[in-house]
Amino acid sequence: MSITQTGPIAATRDDRGQPVKKRKERGGAWFSLLAWVVGILFVLPVVWMVLTSFHSEPDAAQNPPAVFAPLTLEGYREFFTGGASPWPPLLNSLTASVVSTVLVLVLSIPAAYALSIKPVKKWTDTLFFFLSTKMLPVVAGLLPLYLFAQNTGLLDNIWLLIVFYTSMNLPIAVWMMRSFLSEVPVEMLEAAQMDGANLVKTMRSVIAPVVMPGIAATALICFIFSWNELLFARVLTATVAETAPVFLTSFVTSQGLFLAQLCAAAFVVSLPVLVAGFAAQDKLVQGLSLGSVK
Amino acid sequence: MTSVAEKTEASTAGAPPPGVMRRTSAWARRAPLLPALIFMIIVTQLPFVATLVISFMDWNAYYPDERGFAGVDNFVRVFTDVNMRDAVWTTILLTAGVVLLSLILGLGIALLLDRKFRGRGAVRTMMIAPFLVVPVAAALLWKHALYNPEYGLFNGALTWIWGIFGADPPQPDWISNMPLWSVIFALVWQWTPFMMLILLAGLQGRPLDVIEAARIDGANDWQIFRSMTLPHLRQYLELGALLGSIYIVQNFDAVFTITSGGLGTANLPYTIYTIFYNAHDYGRASAAAVIVVIGTIIIATFALRTVSSLFREESGR
Repeated sequence: MSITQTGPIAATRDDRGQPVKKRKERGGAWFSLLAWVVGILFVLPVVWMVLTSFHSEPDAAQNPPAVFAPLTLEGYREFFTGGASPWPPLLNSLTASVVSTVLVLVLSIPAAYALSIKPVKKWTDTLFFFLSTKMLPVVAGLLPLYLFAQNTGLLDNIWLLIVFYTSMNLPIAVWMMRSFLSEVPVEMLEAAQMDGANLVKTMRSVIAPVVMPGIAATALICFIFSWNELLFARVLTATVAETAPVFLTSFVTSQGLFLAQLCAAAFVVSLPVLVAGFAAQDKLVQGLSLGSVK
Repeated sequence: MTSVAEKTEASTAGAPPPGVMRRTSAWARRAPLLPALIFMIIVTQLPFVATLVISFMDWNAYYPDERGFAGVDNFVRVFTDVNMRDAVWTTILLTAGVVLLSLILGLGIALLLDRKFRGRGAVRTMMIAPFLVVPVAAALLWKHALYNPEYGLFNGALTWIWGIFGADPPQPDWISNMPLWSVIFALVWQWTPFMMLILLAGLQGRPLDVIEAARIDGANDWQIFRSMTLPHLRQYLELGALLGSIYIVQNFDAVFTITSGGLGTANLPYTIYTIFYNAHDYGRASAAAVIVVIGTIIIATFALRTVSSLFREESGR
């Protein structure tokens, strides 16, 4: 059941065949207004961030706020050209997020297959094992990972982050993909098998079409969580493999404080997640609830 | 149409289903699972074991020559350390505060969005925005662009409003005056959309015909909400609360950015991070981490039970 689906249509005629009067909702307009007010309040900081990023620095620091100040690209120019370039960190984040997401899909889809369509014995136990690894605080694994990286020369190496992000998202992905794969109708699988299709062909022509939305939802969530990650990126990287969130924290301390530039930086770093999330809102819910809410 | 989930129940019961599905050997079934399983064990379980070992060691990177076995010293230090106890308490306050507030707000907004009205899709999109801002970016936004007493939006709005009446506006220093609450508010802003989305999906899965029948029988809105909507929503509330708790207990970005753990806002992840990264006391950091893991296992047991009940309901459908 997706969010955009509404309920069943109310009856228009009652048992005796007379038209049923539609129940008038009391105070309906007020609730709609309240919904709008709440929505605007919640989005206001984001709007303010974007607006401020297009103001000049003096205008951005005005009290009371200069809402209608002239727009300028000064903040963005300073962010991209004044001081350390943000492109390497952005590229690192993109690499880490995309590659780890691909790895996660490659590992999780077969695993989910083995937990749903052709299940192993005790598949529930295995499933809960995966989920339990997600629930344990990652900070407990921080030190050993750091020491391992230090001793193997993998500090400040993007691949270490990729491996870590893969492990961070794998449980979610396995859980989600299992839930999506279990929706594949058995009859279709059996029919394909009767037609003599081998595993690869079955996957491609039967399973893939049904599961594509699920794969998209999983990929979206993994991408977002990888992109957002700060703690491990900060500890395990320095200059070469620095990701966008880490760059943002060091950016503030080194540049002093320039509000418009800060807002421009925050907006640019958030842009991929904003775009991805808005483009696939329904998939976001599926992912966040580990596939239990469809 | 039977789905794989139902078939799965039958096939694990023992004999393979008669007919079409070819019997696969146990190893062939296990093979696709192994890469993921092995990967997880190496990358997550091994480090935990290492942390456990280090927690029993006296190891400070500033004194590499003094490395040795420390027994339970680190654990004793962790339990007697005031900062550590404060960190535990702060973590509990922060998590409970954020989860409860965002759950209640999320429920209210989900109820508002459950009705059809003009621009409903737009409002929902607006509501999702906070969750899609990168957490550290959002924390920076709140700290500098909103909370700052000189040029933040909050004090700016106060100045504007008081200016209408020609009076001197109050310009409180939000973060210094209420440090933990400022972190909580910023997190509630980010997490309410999460709760709202889950609860809204739960609301839209309600059996509307039964509710319609109750309404015809004369039940009013409050009765319907209390005895029909809320019970249905209970598992979604639990799911939201537990998932939210798991993520917020581990929150690092907001505490690190908004207050740098100062003024009594240092939660456990931040404290462990400073012990490790700044103080370089590896033994103590590991002991603290072990305790956090044990605490989380207790919560996780409840979480797994809730998720498993949702899960059982899904496969029973």
